[in-house]
Amino acid sequence: MKILKNLWARVRQLSGDDAYERYLQHYAEHHQSCPKDEAELPLSKEAFFKEWQDKKWTGVKRCC
Amino acid sequence: MRNKLTKNFIWALVALLGAGAVGGIALNRGESINALWFITAALCVYAIAYRFYGAWLATKVLLVDETRATPAERLDNGRDFIPTNKWIVFGHHFAAIAGPGPLVGPTLAAQFGYLPGTLWILFGAVLGGCVQDMVTLFFSVRRNGRSLGQMARDEIGPVGGAAALVGTFAIMIILIAVLGLVVVNAMKHSPWATSTVAATIPIAMIVGLYMRHIRVGQVLEASALGVSLLLLAVMSGGWIDHHPILRVLFDHEGLTLAWWVIAYGFAAAIMPVWLLLAPRDYLSTFMKLGTIILLTVAILTLHPQIKMPALTQFIDGTGPIFGGTLFPFVFITIACGAISGFHALISSGTTPKLLTNERDIRMIGYGGMLLESFVAIMALIAATVLDPGVFFAINSPAGVVGKEAADAVAMISSWGFPVTVKQMNILASNMGEASLFARTGGAPSLAVGMASIFGSLFGKSLLAMWYHFAIMFEAIFILTTLDAGTRVGRFMLQDMLGNVWPKMALTSWWPSVLISSALVVAGWGYFLYIGVIDPNGGVNILWPLFGIANQMLAAIALSVGTGILVKSGKLKFAWVTGLPLLWLIVITSTAAWEKITSSDIRVGFFAAANDMAAKLAAGTLPPEKAAVATQLIFNQHLDAWLTLFFVVVLWVVVLDMLRVVVQSYFKKAVLPSSEVAYQKSCIE
Repeated sequence: MKILKNLWARVRQLSGDDAYERYLQHYAEHHQSCPKDEAELPLSKEAFFKEWQDKKWTGVKRCC
Repeated sequence: MRNKLTKNFIWALVALLGAGAVGGIALNRGESINALWFITAALCVYAIAYRFYGAWLATKVLLVDETRATPAERLDNGRDFIPTNKWIVFGHHFAAIAGPGPLVGPTLAAQFGYLPGTLWILFGAVLGGCVQDMVTLFFSVRRNGRSLGQMARDEIGPVGGAAALVGTFAIMIILIAVLGLVVVNAMKHSPWATSTVAATIPIAMIVGLYMRHIRVGQVLEASALGVSLLLLAVMSGGWIDHHPILRVLFDHEGLTLAWWVIAYGFAAAIMPVWLLLAPRDYLSTFMKLGTIILLTVAILTLHPQIKMPALTQFIDGTGPIFGGTLFPFVFITIACGAISGFHALISSGTTPKLLTNERDIRMIGYGGMLLESFVAIMALIAATVLDPGVFFAINSPAGVVGKEAADAVAMISSWGFPVTVKQMNILASNMGEASLFARTGGAPSLAVGMASIFGSLFGKSLLAMWYHFAIMFEAIFILTTLDAGTRVGRFMLQDMLGNVWPKMALTSWWPSVLISSALVVAGWGYFLYIGVIDPNGGVNILWPLFGIANQMLAAIALSVGTGILVKSGKLKFAWVTGLPLLWLIVITSTAAWEKITSSDIRVGFFAAANDMAAKLAAGTLPPEKAAVATQLIFNQHLDAWLTLFFVVVLWVVVLDMLRVVVQSYFKKAVLPSSEVAYQKSCIE
């Protein structure tokens, strides 16, 4: 059961299904304690997803 | 101590088994040989290479340091620099490097027999391709994830940097054209294939809209929906094929389809990524991984017999699929799967920004390429399990074997590869196609191979379904490369034009977007158009050109690697990248020399152009050929100059690298190393 759960977590991470959750976690860890960032709230899911997709497709991302 | 002995004993066994399997493949002169020999040889060679050569490269040559913080850790911003689990990085890296190349190249090269391709895929990968990917990844990790072009500029000089940029742009154009041609050849006069491939476009858009507006960011849910729709499209393609009115809608000449592909490429380059490119990529990645796993399982369970001989008479250069002798053309035809310069762009792009620890460089750089090499071996198996007569009937262009089925089978049988019209007709009707003759390009013969392998595992009644599934699977990621490549080409062109007129560099300024997209599409569209109207199939011209360009890029990457090794005082290890580089210089220069100067009209561009011009003047060309002769003659000239250009770029970079090496050896001033200073890692 635990193996399946781990595998599922990997699949989600690989596909980017949990990208927003990881972003929020990163935000909580790195920005909350930082006073200069207090005014900056984390991006909404829509805004984050848009930016994430656009970034993912700038530059060489696929090969022959 | 005892443990160590056991380990050594096991590795000795693996070595023996691998040597036995490689020897068995090389020396077999029987009627056929089992595919398991190939799988065994490949796995043993990979295991030994990874365990010993890869580990030696990491610990003795590159001096990988696991206490050193990687860019992902130092520059962690939660967006592009993110410390990521090594298996996830491996997955991203592999999905990025493995495209249609390792499927098409080995299939085409099977005209020489199974042996040359197999040996080159195995040894080219472990000594060349894997080294290139790993070394480039390592140097990029040490330089904050800099790209190959930037590293060339920083470490060697502005000439190397410019060459890498131009090389990348050129290879992109040729690659897209040849891949477009492969798809067009698979779709022409096949309503089933055409309707299925066409359906992938609205399906991708549905998935895109779903992820963007209905269930934001639910990537897996949307992908599952998309994959089910794709399978549905494959099935309904069969129904369309039998429908009297609908089938006409999707039954087209190659040229019409080429125009559609060109229009599609333009639309895809200017459309927002979320609508088409990103969702299509999810589908293609899932399809790609799924099909590769399925093919592995099927080959392992079935272990089919390989029917192609070890070597065919075509090693003398008279092959029907492409002209040219075994040396150097097998090394040009199989680029991806053995060594592919394109990978250096990925190894110095996204991957170094995700890597958590330097110790994983071997697994991701070296291991990722091993897996791609394995995919190439599978493609080779799938192509060579076909009867050689059938293989040649599918892949030989009409311009070589004749337009009529009876002429084609007579010619192919006369080479010693018996095949009959009846056999081809039965095969075509089993696969749900009207004809399988002259479908040059590798995709259809691979699809027939895969369909027969899957068919014997899951039942013959579904052959047509499997065939079109395989076509759809190849088409979907060919089209993904086409979209992504056109887009990258557009960005590169905007960047270059921006040097002349700054406003052109604005990626959001519509006139610039439209102009640069149109220029890129016109670039590859031209080669695609010529390929389609060429009665010899076009693949015979475009694929070697692509191979030369890709090997040129690999040579640039290995030059950068060699230069950095020498500059960092590791001259005694410079052969690690230097020897594969030398080999690439030899094969690329020889191939280019032959393509330019050969008097054989099937090899030399100028020879072909002169021959056609003479025939046109004498009025001996058949009318349909005479109509396009002027365009074909112009194209042969253009291709010759393009080849010359690639070789000149290659030599300029190599000589520039040698200059740096010599200066460095004599302690003269060279550009300082751009390696970022050591910083201790805090990640456990």
